[in-house]
Amino acid sequence: MEAEAIVRRCEALYADLSLGSVREWKAAHPGRPAVGLLPVYVPREIVHAAGALPVSLLGGGDQIDIVKGDASFQSYICHLPRSMVELSLTGRLDALDGFVFPSTCDVIRNLSGIFQMTTRGKYIRYLDLPQAMDEGTGGAFYRRDLVALAAEIARLAGREAPGDEALAESIRRYDRNRRAIAALWAVRAGAPWLVALDETYLLMRAGAVLPVEAHTELVEAYTAAVAGRARKPEDRIRVVVVGAFCEQPPLGLLRTLERSGCYVVDDDLFLGARWVEGDVLALEEGRGSVAEESAAPVDGPKGGPHGPPGSDGGGDPYGALARAYIGKSLVASTRYQPDGRRGEDLVRRVRALKADGVVFAAPSFCDPALLDQPPLQKSLSEANIPFITFKYAENTGQFQSIREQAGTFSDSIKLWGEA
Amino acid sequence: MKLPVAEASAVPVPGETAARGAGGGMPEGRAQGSPRVQKDVSMERQKAMLAGYFSELAHARETGLKVAYTFVPGNLTELIRAAGALGVYPEVNALQSAMRQKSDGYVREAERLGHNEDVCSYVKCDIGMLAAGNIGPTGEKLPPPDLLLLSYTGCFTFMKWFELLQKEYGCEIAMLHVPYQADGGITEDMRRYVAAQLRDEVIPKLEKVTGKKLDLDELSALLARSARAEDDLVWVLDSARNTPSPIDAYFGGVYYVGPIFTAFRGTLECEEYYQALRQEVAARLDRREGPIMPNGVLAEERFRLVVEGPPNWTHFRDFWRIFYDEGAVVVASTYTKVGGLYDDGFRHGRAEDPLLSLADYCLGCYTNRSLPARVDLLASYVRDFHADGFVINSLKSCNSFSVGQLVMMREVEKKTGVPGGFIETDLVDPRYYSQANIKNRIESYLQMIAQRKGRA
Ligand code: SF4
Ligand code: SF4
Repeated sequence: MEAEAIVRRCEALYADLSLGSVREWKAAHPGRPAVGLLPVYVPREIVHAAGALPVSLLGGGDQIDIVKGDASFQSYICHLPRSMVELSLTGRLDALDGFVFPSTCDVIRNLSGIFQMTTRGKYIRYLDLPQAMDEGTGGAFYRRDLVALAAEIARLAGREAPGDEALAESIRRYDRNRRAIAALWAVRAGAPWLVALDETYLLMRAGAVLPVEAHTELVEAYTAAVAGRARKPEDRIRVVVVGAFCEQPPLGLLRTLERSGCYVVDDDLFLGARWVEGDVLALEEGRGSVAEESAAPVDGPKGGPHGPPGSDGGGDPYGALARAYIGKSLVASTRYQPDGRRGEDLVRRVRALKADGVVFAAPSFCDPALLDQPPLQKSLSEANIPFITFKYAENTGQFQSIREQAGTFSDSIKLWGEA
Repeated sequence: MKLPVAEASAVPVPGETAARGAGGGMPEGRAQGSPRVQKDVSMERQKAMLAGYFSELAHARETGLKVAYTFVPGNLTELIRAAGALGVYPEVNALQSAMRQKSDGYVREAERLGHNEDVCSYVKCDIGMLAAGNIGPTGEKLPPPDLLLLSYTGCFTFMKWFELLQKEYGCEIAMLHVPYQADGGITEDMRRYVAAQLRDEVIPKLEKVTGKKLDLDELSALLARSARAEDDLVWVLDSARNTPSPIDAYFGGVYYVGPIFTAFRGTLECEEYYQALRQEVAARLDRREGPIMPNGVLAEERFRLVVEGPPNWTHFRDFWRIFYDEGAVVVASTYTKVGGLYDDGFRHGRAEDPLLSLADYCLGCYTNRSLPARVDLLASYVRDFHADGFVINSLKSCNSFSVGQLVMMREVEKKTGVPGGFIETDLVDPRYYSQANIKNRIESYLQMIAQRKGRA
């Protein structure tokens, strides 16, 4: 398939807020549920292994009028929950049998309660991702919760809880997806003129609704197709976009950014789809599993339905997901990082990608993204890396000031080597 | 439930001029538009306790005492004390700065340093205070932390806040991840997880900074004292079920929870404070007196209200006055449950193990409860405290409290048949407080409530 045709297909999926492709999937797979996953990260492998279609929900963008959503939230709360409530109350999420709300921030947390009160009869699940970044405590707690989550979703599908082999197989499929995305990212870094930001973004967004196998094929086909594009590099600066991991900017904003003289060589848009760096399972050769907490005063039963952890070595895929969360997650604002590594990580990334600067683009009223900015900016300043900062909402319609800001940023770097 | 009965009368309550200077802990401040402020005896006692504590903190370096910064919800005060350290509570410093009209400058300073106008003003107030030399409420410098004890209970921003402080101080930090009660209950797994972190992360780090092994017997003794104080606090808050209520459970309530939500829980001083407070309230109950408000004892209780959400601190007394002038008494509030919810019988030290008891405490704090559970609690307050209405004070700063409050209001209305009132302010950023606007809204709301009462 041609790259343009792939992108057109992805854009149609992106524009369909009523989840037509999910309905089609359900029609083709009778009795199997679809489960909506709120940002930022929920391990989709669990949902897949339990027999359901994971559907990542990223708000309504600029394509929906908010009426009911605004009656539910004060003006000083970010936009994403409004459009989620609007989508839900207007029936656009009816294809979904349940929702998983990860512990991203207090907005997503409380949104889970709003869904509990307003979406009767659906499965509503809060997933407490561990902030104790230790395999023995946080890892063990999380592993047990993943076992429970898998069993609950399997029940929705009328199945038994997925065994280790089923989950391992799902993880392998997502590992392949991660490799396909990594290959695309390598093209972005090496030859960004071949892949426009809106294209890669739409391609990633297609993964929000498509089954993972279909998405992987699409990414691989696109990456192969763009390699043959006869495009020449333009005189643009290379930037990394930071802060857009949850509520998504409208497509128009992304296009404006690139047209203002930037190649976006890395971003954290829809970060949940790239949360784990590298493979989850390849790591597992010869490793033990996430240990349970031991000893008094908190002794208790060990293990989940898959036998006592510690005995299953590389065959503990639940443990592998838990370990991946603790040890292989990308540095993210929503995850505890006590040692100032966020700044170092950003500087390292900018340098590795030979980026000229950073664009901080955060949703208005987004505490996780905005509270991280001062220390990140300090680290960049200390490393002499220029940056610009703006805020957006998913339904921002005016891009003039962003065009000017990004244009000036690009011009000054091109002219003087600094902003 | 057995209603509190009157007990031996306490010393009569004096009036006095508006407080300045020393104090700390819970609010202490300027009485805008009023030269004289009346106070409970217990307020004076609390003021002295706090002055002593801040002085102890100011001299911590000389006395060799180590300092742990921590948050009010899920605070591990008994553990900190048993380890031989002192606690500092940055939220309390922020609200104190607001009461002293200093928060405006601190917030602006933090914004000048790059912190965004959209984020929680407690964090910015603290960062601004740090930039201005970290001078505490009593005018003495606060010691830097030896340990940042990140009790991650009920608020995401706590994590970011201490990450920022860790970068400033470069000191030891301990994370205590407290899972959220999303399904309205505490599971055994959650308790075990929290207790395991206490054992493997928090206690070793406390021991490392103090250089002392934690004495578990000492911890248990502190927890037992906490429980006795908690019994008295619950009694005091429950006294508002009487008509007229002898207390205001929001504006007055923030004083009542001061010692137990902060550095004193588990101490003898704290236990005695709550005994005395109980006697004081019992005496008022005996005399069928209303609460002491900024301008004296409330003569007539016209409205009984429940309030959800923290108060505004920059205009605390002006805010209170709006209610006082209308004869509105707050008979129950959720803010007085952020540092511990004891209504449903939880007491420190009653679990099978002291660490599990601390886990139960952290897990149970109000903002760690799901929205449906918060709705149920509010509805039960409206019913059990015979309230005429309920008001939500929604804060611009606080996603933890604010997100979902409009939906909660509709749900509480459905459950109780009582209409709710909704106002918007902020904690410590005065730019988001409008006296005229709030007054207008509260007055209109109470007019509506009066009409309903007239019809009833
Ligand atoms: S945009 Fe930010 S504040 Fe809003 S839900 Fe997402 S992470 Fe939370
Ligand atoms: S967000 Fe709310 S609970 Fe959290 S620190 Fe700010 S005021 Fe406190």
